[in-house]
Amino acid sequence: MTETDINTTIEEVATIELEVFRYRPEKASAPSFDTFTVPLHDEWVLLDALNHIKDEIDGSLSYRWSCRMGVCGSCGMMANGEAVLTCAAFLKDYAPGPIRIEPLANFPVARDLIVGMDDFMEKLNRVKPWVINENGKSVEEGEYLQTPEELDDYVQYTMCINCMLCYSACPIYGMEPSFIGPAALALAQRYNLDLRDHGNEERMDILSSDEGIWQCTFVGECSEVCPKHVDPAGAIQRYKVEATNNWWKSKLMPWSN
Amino acid sequence: MPVHDVVIVGGGGAGLRAAIAVAEKNPSLSIALVSKVYPMRSHTVAAEGGAAAVIKDFDSFENHIYDTISGGDWLVDQDAIELFVKEAPNEMIQMEHWGCPWSREPDGTVAVRPFGGMKKERTWFASDKTGFHMLHTLFQTSLKYSSIVPYDEWFATKLLVEDGRCQGVAALDLRTGRLEVIAGRSVVICTGGAGKVFPFTTNGAIKTGDGMSLAYRARVPLKDMEFVQYHPTGLPGTGILITEAARGEGGILVNSEGYRYLQDYDLGTPLDVTDPNHPVKKSMELGPRDRLSQAFIHEQKKGRTIKGKFGDVLHLDVRHLGEKRIDSKIPFVRELAKKYAGIDPVYEPIPIRPVLHYFMGGIDTDITGATTLPGLYAAGEVACVSINGANRLGSNSLTELLVFGARAGLAAADFALNQPPVDLAPLRKQVVDEDARITRAYLTKSGGTERISTIRTEMRDTMEEGAGIYRTDEGLKATCDKLAELRERFANISLDDRSFTYNTELISVLELDAMLDVAEVVAHSALARKESRGSHQRTDFPKRDDESYLRHSMAYRGEGSPRIDYKDVVITRWPPGERVYGQEQSK
Ligand SMILES: Cc1cc2nc3c(=O)[nH]c(=O)nc-3n(C[C@H](O)[C@H](O)[C@H](O)COP(=O)(O)OP(=O)(O)OC[C@H]3O[C@@H](n4cnc5c(N)ncnc54)[C@H](O)[C@@H]3O)c2cc1C
Ligand code: SF4
Ligand code: FES
Repeated sequence: MTETDINTTIEEVATIELEVFRYRPEKASAPSFDTFTVPLHDEWVLLDALNHIKDEIDGSLSYRWSCRMGVCGSCGMMANGEAVLTCAAFLKDYAPGPIRIEPLANFPVARDLIVGMDDFMEKLNRVKPWVINENGKSVEEGEYLQTPEELDDYVQYTMCINCMLCYSACPIYGMEPSFIGPAALALAQRYNLDLRDHGNEERMDILSSDEGIWQCTFVGECSEVCPKHVDPAGAIQRYKVEATNNWWKSKLMPWSN
Repeated sequence: MPVHDVVIVGGGGAGLRAAIAVAEKNPSLSIALVSKVYPMRSHTVAAEGGAAAVIKDFDSFENHIYDTISGGDWLVDQDAIELFVKEAPNEMIQMEHWGCPWSREPDGTVAVRPFGGMKKERTWFASDKTGFHMLHTLFQTSLKYSSIVPYDEWFATKLLVEDGRCQGVAALDLRTGRLEVIAGRSVVICTGGAGKVFPFTTNGAIKTGDGMSLAYRARVPLKDMEFVQYHPTGLPGTGILITEAARGEGGILVNSEGYRYLQDYDLGTPLDVTDPNHPVKKSMELGPRDRLSQAFIHEQKKGRTIKGKFGDVLHLDVRHLGEKRIDSKIPFVRELAKKYAGIDPVYEPIPIRPVLHYFMGGIDTDITGATTLPGLYAAGEVACVSINGANRLGSNSLTELLVFGARAGLAAADFALNQPPVDLAPLRKQVVDEDARITRAYLTKSGGTERISTIRTEMRDTMEEGAGIYRTDEGLKATCDKLAELRERFANISLDDRSFTYNTELISVLELDAMLDVAEVVAHSALARKESRGSHQRTDFPKRDDESYLRHSMAYRGEGSPRIDYKDVVITRWPPGERVYGQEQSK
């Protein structure tokens, strides 16, 4: 069966309305909403509906997407006020509609459903998300041994797809944009807890700074919204406990370092 | 200043590895990393199963080389595969040192699993999100080097060739809509494959063959483009991939009668799933992808497929593995099947069908990644070195990104160091012309009645119909004609969006333009190859014909349709033989 066949053989039983946020900086100074009616197929995700609009109704609608399987992290948006991956949220779960689609909250809007990512990218960079190990092995010396348990200790924090849903959900980031934020802090923990890495100290400055972990009041929204169960709130909490212990240790037992 | 030493187009696994190689080799070299999406969005992210490299004592280089050559039906260049196999383990260890969270054995060494067409287990994996972990590891590691200058969300539209050398690209900044020069003393193309030329594919939206078209238009030949790999187990409708690891762990394929049909197609005799020797390597479910995808068509003809909403399907059954093993070894399979097929594989078989997966062909390069155009290099899925021959062995590609990404980066760095500084003026002039072309064709044009989606859908349909799993002279000719018609109609296309900021419709039309080039080359190369080899199966020429076609096809841009020429395969120690699967347990 060909793609055309499929589009025509499926009976268009029902439809649903999407109210889509539009912002075209060259045309309008303020955003507005456009309403589109799309077929309500059981197997369609929100992204399919947006693609339908772009392909068949209004080619000027702009948004990001690629993998359509919840792993590239491109397609995060607000659906009825909640941050979701639009390729992993089914249209039918919003029936009878309408569904309000908006760009991810807490980020500047560049155009329609596309938000600016500069701040997020800069924050990822700031936590030094790479293995720091001055006296590391050479390739010829082979792999580092790491038991499944040692892997388990940090692997959850490697699962982040950088979808930024957690920043959208985080009330602290919403009020204080300098906050490094959930995903970047979890990423720092990912390296800190990996035994191949010796960068804890180097990352400490930024993590313990005014913009780091202490801003987090453990609201926990980030872990709720995270599609990959990274649990950034847990990562931050764990780091706080460690940082506090280390601080006390250095005060009470300066010889222990 | 938009002037660099090395310009890398593509921020997937290959592009990132190339960039790091240049940065490590010589920190004084300035590197532009140009990517139409933020690097961590690149489609390498979707790879699940794993990456092959010999690391265990029970395996050998010889095994890996031979598995790949026979898997590729002898169209593999043997000098290339030999060095690839030998350099692979070090590249993988390098990834380990950079922090890739490889799955481990209880003793802490890296774990390996079997993959289709392999005699021994040699696939390294990071759960079933291997590509995701490799991409993020590479991306995060690349952030360490200040000499790598990101051009995120810049779309390359043209190679800038001056004085017979490639000296940069014209690229559109999505944010501003401006077309600019990004100049360098050498250029590496790492733009990935072109699965989106077909209707059902595991490939993401961004895999539109841009780089292949960029090179082709600069008169660089595209090699072996008729060889496209169907993956036997995609989800119907979406084409989402159910990784081969599901079969590596013991999953079986059955038809509407619950019968393990692969035994009817020279792929061995099935062992019971409770047999400790199941699954047998290079046999049954672990046969090569081309043969498994072909078996689907035969079952369909015999009426033994199952009718589904999106056409015929067969079943991939992993229930006997049990919930625990499924959750520890192939958790993503469960997640995807639940979400996108609406079934839980712990309790129900997964509906599957063959879907377009991988381009074996690509820009012709030598073993350093150099193309026929001085200063232009290519690596990754966009390139054809060739280590994949007529059918790629699963899990060689992720490793290929590393080995040949690094090689191309180093060769491009060497080349750059031996060139005079770039003279910007003529490059600027080229970009002015390119800008005028794009503006005229898409942004200021009036009239025009064709929609992007119509032409795109018709292109995909004709590719599936004529240039799919089984091909004939008649079908291919019809596809070639249809593509010529679509090319004409493309000139009559009209966009809704004429603005500058994030004009994603403009990007879509540029991508469609590239896809039409790629589709045309695939169809014409397939028409010219009158034999069956690996993934290229002609019902009118069912036999392999070494006499005439133990050669790489080379497609050159001509006037009108592409001109197809041939080039010898490099054969060193492994003379052409038969591909034999499923024999091991009978020995
Ligand atoms: C679902 C799936 C599963 C797979 N599983 C495996 C596996 O288990 N093992 C294995 O070995 N292989 C696997 N493969 C194959 C392998 O993942 C790919 O071949 C490989 O990742 C391609 O990497 P790449 O770096 O060449 O390209 P990509 O990762 O696709 O990156 C291409 C880059 O080029 C950029 N780009 C493209 N066009 C332009 C342009 N015009 N201007 C600027 N930038 C541009 C993109 O932005 C992107 O950064 C799988 C493939 C798929 C689709
Ligand atoms: S932590 Fe979760 S929600 Fe936040 S960016 Fe990563 S994957 Fe997305
Ligand atoms: S499109 Fe990739 S995560 Fe949704």
